[in-house]
Amino acid sequence: MIKILDRIFKYIGIGAVLLGLIVLAVLVLDVVRDGFPRLTWDFFTSYPSSKPEQAGILSAWVGTLWIMLTTAALTIPLGIGAAIYLEEYAPKNRWTDFIEINIANLAGVPSVVYGILGLGLFVRALHMDRSVLAGSCTLALLVLPIVILSTREALRAVPSSIREAAYAVGATRWQAISGQVLPAAFGNILTGIILAMSRAIGETAPLVTLGALTYIPFLPTPPVSVSPSFPYVNFSLKGLLDPFTVLPIQIFNWVSRPQKGFLICAAAGIIVLLIITLCLNGAAIYLRHKHQKNW
Amino acid sequence: MKPYFQEREKKMLVAAEQSKPSIKITDHIYAGNSANMRNGDTKIQVERFSFRYGANKVLKDVSLNVRAREVTSIIGPSGCGKSTLLRCFNRMNDLIAGTRADGNILIEGQDIYDPRVDVVELRKKVGMVFQKPNPFPKTIFDNIAYGLRINGIRQKSEIIQRVEQSLRDSALWEEVKDRLTDSGLSLSGGQQQRLCVARALAIQPEIVLMDEPASALDPIATAKLEELIVRLKEKYTIVIVTHNMQQAARISDKTAFLMQGEMVEFGVTKDIFTKPTKKITEEYITGRFG
Repeated sequence: MIKILDRIFKYIGIGAVLLGLIVLAVLVLDVVRDGFPRLTWDFFTSYPSSKPEQAGILSAWVGTLWIMLTTAALTIPLGIGAAIYLEEYAPKNRWTDFIEINIANLAGVPSVVYGILGLGLFVRALHMDRSVLAGSCTLALLVLPIVILSTREALRAVPSSIREAAYAVGATRWQAISGQVLPAAFGNILTGIILAMSRAIGETAPLVTLGALTYIPFLPTPPVSVSPSFPYVNFSLKGLLDPFTVLPIQIFNWVSRPQKGFLICAAAGIIVLLIITLCLNGAAIYLRHKHQKNW
Repeated sequence: MKPYFQEREKKMLVAAEQSKPSIKITDHIYAGNSANMRNGDTKIQVERFSFRYGANKVLKDVSLNVRAREVTSIIGPSGCGKSTLLRCFNRMNDLIAGTRADGNILIEGQDIYDPRVDVVELRKKVGMVFQKPNPFPKTIFDNIAYGLRINGIRQKSEIIQRVEQSLRDSALWEEVKDRLTDSGLSLSGGQQQRLCVARALAIQPEIVLMDEPASALDPIATAKLEELIVRLKEKYTIVIVTHNMQQAARISDKTAFLMQGEMVEFGVTKDIFTKPTKKITEEYITGRFG
């Protein structure tokens, strides 16, 4: 009898796994069938257009790149810094317990709430308008708890014997952290950051709330440009204050159009987004395996 | 406290008091003056030292004298506080929250629990080898070079020379000289532990603390390590905590027997093992409990 129950449960389990996989496979197949023929060079180098067959994702992928790089630049130092403080320096008392619980809670707040915060704080109060910077700040807030939590986890996984060994040869706290603990935790920290970024790259709601535009026929000012006269190469961060769109918003916009052609554009955009996410997650898994250590 | 112990300890304290150099607390207390220390001079002097984790008092009024360039072993049953005592000598217990130390530990006459003492400087002078080999997850070379670099040695040639010297001192050089860039974790347990010894020696400490360094090693690796410890005594003062009484008998000059946080007996190793003054010491070393 117990053996039969065991077997029944096994089949229920297999069924549950298959159901999820099949639904996913059907979705992916459907999207690929619709969108794959649309994935041409022109699709990547064209701006959005009112004619579906001419529309492309140039401004969307460039915008996504801008947003991701800026978000990473904001999140990585803040997240790792906060995690190091909480894990290595902060005294263990009620106050830090309180902070800890709140960070865990923040990781679960719906993203649209961050959008509203970003709209009020960055777009309006700080006059960033609907810029790359405002979008990145909002996404940075959104993924910051994830980065902090995963970095703390990574630091905690470094055995205390490593810290003791460093202290025993006369390391200060920072020398122990920078010389031994951080390098030992590097792989896991990087994994956490990549997973946080792959979450950020697909976020639509907060950016829509922020008022990111859906039709952008130009790119943010490039960070590096070449000119024929001195100084020949110009560096500029003006692009941070330019308006932007990102892939998920572009897709969202196309899906809501009535024309069939835009649905095909959306499918092609989804493929691009899926591939990026897949690459990021794959990199995270690879790093996790590579840096697995036996202490 | 037991009368014999008191009398003996008192004599030692008096002797130590007389030979104690009158060091004032300065920023340079650990700069040296050890070079002119003679063999047998008091190196570590523990005076009525108590230590507690929260409400749990693990060391009670312990007194003990460690002399320069001797091997002093601390034995006792599990949980008697011997590791705690050892970890007080380089204040490794500071890493644990809610601890409290009373009484004094003087190293070369300097109270190491004085709030003005720089713990980082103290640890440069009092090296440590741990129970479980704990090499850094880095190359063999970097395992040793790390300590040198954080101690401000920048010159590549000097780092290379001192890495080699400490590997020779720890009798590991011949085994690893062709694979210095391999991970420290790729070595066998015994080799890892000798790497940890080399790491401790590289920064030229004066005292080396060893916390059951052979407990994770096989007999052959243990024999090698013991040989090494006896050899190191020429240059260093060694305090070793061990579970293994034969080991204490083999390698140490003085032995301290600790039980339930109290110093039961302390003296010349041979005396402790051949004619212990306390019944309980005799029972412990003959293996009737522990």
